Amino acid sequence: MAKQANVKLAASPAQLEQFYREMLQIRRFEEKCNQVYRAGKAGGYLHVYIGMEATAVGWLDAIRKGYDYIIAAYRDHAFPLLLGSDPVATMAEIMGRKGGMSAGKGGSMHLYDYERGFFGGWGIVGGHTPLGAGLAFAAKYRGEDRITLCFLGDGAANAGVFFETLNMAGLWDLPVIFIIENNEFAMGTRIEYHAADTELWKRGLPFGIESERLDGMDVLKVREDAKRIVDWVRKNQRPYVVEVMNYRFAGHGAADNDQSLYRTQEEVEKAKQRDPIALLEAYIRANNVMTEEKMEAIQAECEDWAERVTEEADASPHPDPAEVYDHVYTDLMPEEGH
Amino acid sequence: MSATTMTYRDAVRQSLIDEIERDGDVFLMGEDIGRYQGTFRVTQGLFDRFKETRVLDTPISEPGIVGIAIGAAMTGLRPVVEMMTMSFSILALDQIINHAAKIHYMTGGQISVPLVVRGPGGAANQLSAQHSHSLEGWYAHCPGLKVVAPSTPADARGMLKTAIRDDNPVIFTENPGLYAIKGEVPDDPDFTLPFGKAAIAREGSDVSLIAYSRMTHVCLHAAELLEKDGVSAEVVDVRSLLPLDTETIFASVRKTNRAVVVYEDWKSGGFGAEIASRIGEDCFDDLDAPVGRVGGLNVPMPYSRVLELECIPNEQNVLDAVRRLG
Repeated sequence: MAKQANVKLAASPAQLEQFYREMLQIRRFEEKCNQVYRAGKAGGYLHVYIGMEATAVGWLDAIRKGYDYIIAAYRDHAFPLLLGSDPVATMAEIMGRKGGMSAGKGGSMHLYDYERGFFGGWGIVGGHTPLGAGLAFAAKYRGEDRITLCFLGDGAANAGVFFETLNMAGLWDLPVIFIIENNEFAMGTRIEYHAADTELWKRGLPFGIESERLDGMDVLKVREDAKRIVDWVRKNQRPYVVEVMNYRFAGHGAADNDQSLYRTQEEVEKAKQRDPIALLEAYIRANNVMTEEKMEAIQAECEDWAERVTEEADASPHPDPAEVYDHVYTDLMPEEGH
Repeated sequence: MSATTMTYRDAVRQSLIDEIERDGDVFLMGEDIGRYQGTFRVTQGLFDRFKETRVLDTPISEPGIVGIAIGAAMTGLRPVVEMMTMSFSILALDQIINHAAKIHYMTGGQISVPLVVRGPGGAANQLSAQHSHSLEGWYAHCPGLKVVAPSTPADARGMLKTAIRDDNPVIFTENPGLYAIKGEVPDDPDFTLPFGKAAIAREGSDVSLIAYSRMTHVCLHAAELLEKDGVSAEVVDVRSLLPLDTETIFASVRKTNRAVVVYEDWKSGGFGAEIASRIGEDCFDDLDAPVGRVGGLNVPMPYSRVLELECIPNEQNVLDAVRRLG
């Protein structure tokens, strides 16, 4: 066991290990997704979270998992993994299999785990933000103290429906936190070219909503901010807007094969100096929280885990063609045939 | 079963009252539905009676309103959203079609959306081009939605209650020309009517007039006029567009061997074209003439009453179409 430093740690050794494992699992899982996509075992659009892991890990650590509601856009793989959803069902969905969490009907962009309070998984930029407010509305209507985390990207911060949603969230005191993940690009368009005011945290101000800009790369800072804000929203039953500054190391989606159209390799390398996983490793080392051997063991474990999850998902059969009619309605089948 | 004579508007309102009282998960949202009592007075008195928790005035933000309702519905609440006119639901199409209609499917059946979007759809009186749309055909094009367009106070009462109790998103369209019509309405607070069941509004043997919503009444009047000419017209009130009761429609056509489909929507590409096509596919051998169609003129709705009346199908248009069948 490494010698403990005498400074007060930002989180317990067990928590630090958990954050380390969670971020590594997401990273390895997302790398597998890219491989699966290149191997032709996933299709359509697929967006990985590589580089942004600290944001989801930190924020989801601050909530009551399984009680509070989460909703996100299409870069959504990390959320079910962090909520304890079956990772095999998650990967199987990305591969469009029968054993997928959405029965192969949703795919990478449409992951859901109702039992764990994960409400997707949405493909229309900004379109899910009123749904997030609606989840919070429902909790308030029922007199529950659930809060809702609504993740959106910097591109979604320009969608008209988001402004409507902010107005109603402010007007009706909805306990929802809008987490604008500013990774600097709306697909391939840099923020300077898509937002008149690049300080997206200000989006909440005209609606009387508490708003601030936060770091999204240092998981310990993220978690500290998240805890403070989650507690505030739960107690005050008011909305909150945060702009979380992070960066995606990967392309917009798996089909984004020429990033030189919108950014330089130097820029990406510079951003990688604040790789959230490396930042946490540096913290762990500086505070002697874990031995190198232990860290390497966790790394190996996460590699194996991702490998096994992918293999098991790949063993899931494709849906039966007859299933195409299932789940259009809760109570009736659509007419059959072409 | 006891019944009361009431207007279509009152029947809709009574259904809302019944369901709010029956189920704590039911609430209303919409623009000017509360303090202002509703633009067409459908929700008159409800704000005072049920307060803001159950009758919620909203900003003028159709996508946001419907989106919030969908989010609430995903957790099991049963929002009923009023569109001040269904024309405004065009703003919320992304929420209705890209979101509500897809959720049960995209989630592999994990999540359902017990949502009703209701309001006046169709021409009223000189509301002109942006307030007079008949959009039910657009919605009935989309799997995942249910779409109904009742024509009588009793049907409005029974079908709105079914809509609110349904676990799927329902588009419930009320032609503004129907709000003042009166009819017998069962008093039973549990009176519901199933979707996917057309009604024979009038029996006949020579030609089937197939319509829904206000056009059913136009057809009924046309049938009276035809009777004077010795033509016995059957009127089929489709009531539910999605699901569609083709069985009742086909049975009528097989009996009369002639059909005219009548709808207020733009004639080209409207839902009546779908009905006509179905009849052609399934009843070709039973038909003595091609299926006739009467639809709204393919122009934006004009303001002038003279021009507006030119656009909306009327009894004479129906008579002409029947005569064209020979």
